[in-house]
Amino acid sequence: MNWDVISEYIPLYVEAAKLTVKLGVIGIIIAILVGIVCAIISYYKVPVLKQITQVYIELSRNTPLLIQLFFIYYGLPKIGIPTNPEACGIVGLAFLGGSYMAEAFRSGLEAIEPIQEESAYSLGMNKIQTMRFVIIPQAAAISVPAFVANIIFLLKETSVFSAVSLLDLMFTAKDLIGLYYKTSEALFLLVVFYLIILLPVSVLGTLLERRLRYAGFGS
Amino acid sequence: MAETLLTINELVKQYGDKVILNGMNLEVHRGEVIVVVGPSGCGKSTLLRCINALEPIQGGEIRLGDEKIVYGSKNLSSIRQHIGMVFQSYDLFPHLTVIDNILLAPTKVQKRNKAEATEEAMQLLDRVGLRDKAKSYPRELSGGQKQRVAIVRALIMHPEILLFDEVTAALDPEMVREVLDVIVGLAQENKTMIIVTHEMSFAKAVADRVIFLDEGHIVEESSPDVFFEHPETERAQQFLNTFEFTPVKHPAQN
Ligand SMILES: Nc1ncnc2c1ncn2[C@@H]1O[C@H](COP(=O)(O)OP(=O)(O)OP(=O)(O)O)[C@@H](O)[C@H]1O
Ligand SMILES: [Mg+2]
Repeated sequence: MNWDVISEYIPLYVEAAKLTVKLGVIGIIIAILVGIVCAIISYYKVPVLKQITQVYIELSRNTPLLIQLFFIYYGLPKIGIPTNPEACGIVGLAFLGGSYMAEAFRSGLEAIEPIQEESAYSLGMNKIQTMRFVIIPQAAAISVPAFVANIIFLLKETSVFSAVSLLDLMFTAKDLIGLYYKTSEALFLLVVFYLIILLPVSVLGTLLERRLRYAGFGS
Repeated sequence: MAETLLTINELVKQYGDKVILNGMNLEVHRGEVIVVVGPSGCGKSTLLRCINALEPIQGGEIRLGDEKIVYGSKNLSSIRQHIGMVFQSYDLFPHLTVIDNILLAPTKVQKRNKAEATEEAMQLLDRVGLRDKAKSYPRELSGGQKQRVAIVRALIMHPEILLFDEVTAALDPEMVREVLDVIVGLAQENKTMIIVTHEMSFAKAVADRVIFLDEGHIVEESSPDVFFEHPETERAQQFLNTFEFTPVKHPAQN
């Protein structure tokens, strides 16, 4: 391992990491929103929308992100929808993550006994108040472990972004290997940068889980 | 006779094809305590759930005062504030402390001032002997304590009528009394209540009127003295017999 090479590469990796994090964060935020909407649709069993949600979830969970990205990147322009690599990465990640988030939230919602909802109603709360003050706080705490695992999973999935010519971490590593054959240095930095991104998420997630556990449930 | 508060008129309730309540009629007057008894599965819980519009009904109507109670209607939230309900299983919100459980509806639904509602909540907790538990979470309470909190949570809304569905059925025997005592206290204050219970001596003590429900109808309806001492119908007699403990004579051992 040559440390001079490594210090020379670092700025390139920093730039790439910025892109990976940026696309990852935006994609995950959209995935969370998609997940919330889908989970609420399936919780309330909204007709038609519920079936659409199910088809989406099956489609999204049972195809690899790489294929989804190719589909978006090469497929959409064919039917007249222009794409650029960044938008493509974000949409792909949101498409994949939305279903994982939906399942995490749905299982949280379904873990709540119907009597919780009924006692809220019998106190005169309407549907929105019941969701907001009774169901969601409990469901969220139950969903947290799956939610955190999904975030980590999705951040790792960003490593396929290079396939649609995004200059992300993986692209940078492959590029440098191809140009200079400094394989170990390039791969070493790749691992280090992914760890720098993922470890804090993992630690924060554990703290969040612990905090919510202490908040008074589950005993 | 006091004014009629709750009117149930030809109520029909089915689950699928199964008829649970078949044209039931009942009038509850202000200040009256009605105890509903009947064999398991006869529809006692269903009746209370219909009154609170937690279930759609298939026929007849239910009115609180002049207001019709209609499943899924827009004004349900305001009607339900006048109906307090306590369920058999513990239905406290596990993520909230006792005081927050009690204050949630008064502050969010009735938009009452928090300090004022808190003061009333503390008085009510005091009354049921749980003042020191205000900051506890439900999981830190015994079953009897949870039910007393659930009663307080209903009371703070100042309901016109209270519905109790076997609130002691899930409790250990030594905790039943502390909950029933609270309900007896409410009866002495002339609160209007419909109580479903299997505790016959409690029913006798608290009821103004006992209703015996079987096969979708009110089979017998009388004062507790009459119902428990001289039930008129054979079915009521049979039902009451199941609560009698008949000593078995053992042959003398030698
Ligand atoms: N959601 C439901 N779907 C279908 N059938 C139901 C449902 N809820 C209750 N039932 C049926 O309706 C009947 C009446 O039930 P209910 O719970 O009102 O009886 P109950 O008188 O309260 O009995 P218990 O004394 O055991 O509490 C029962 O036969 C029950 O199986
Ligand atoms: Mg019942």
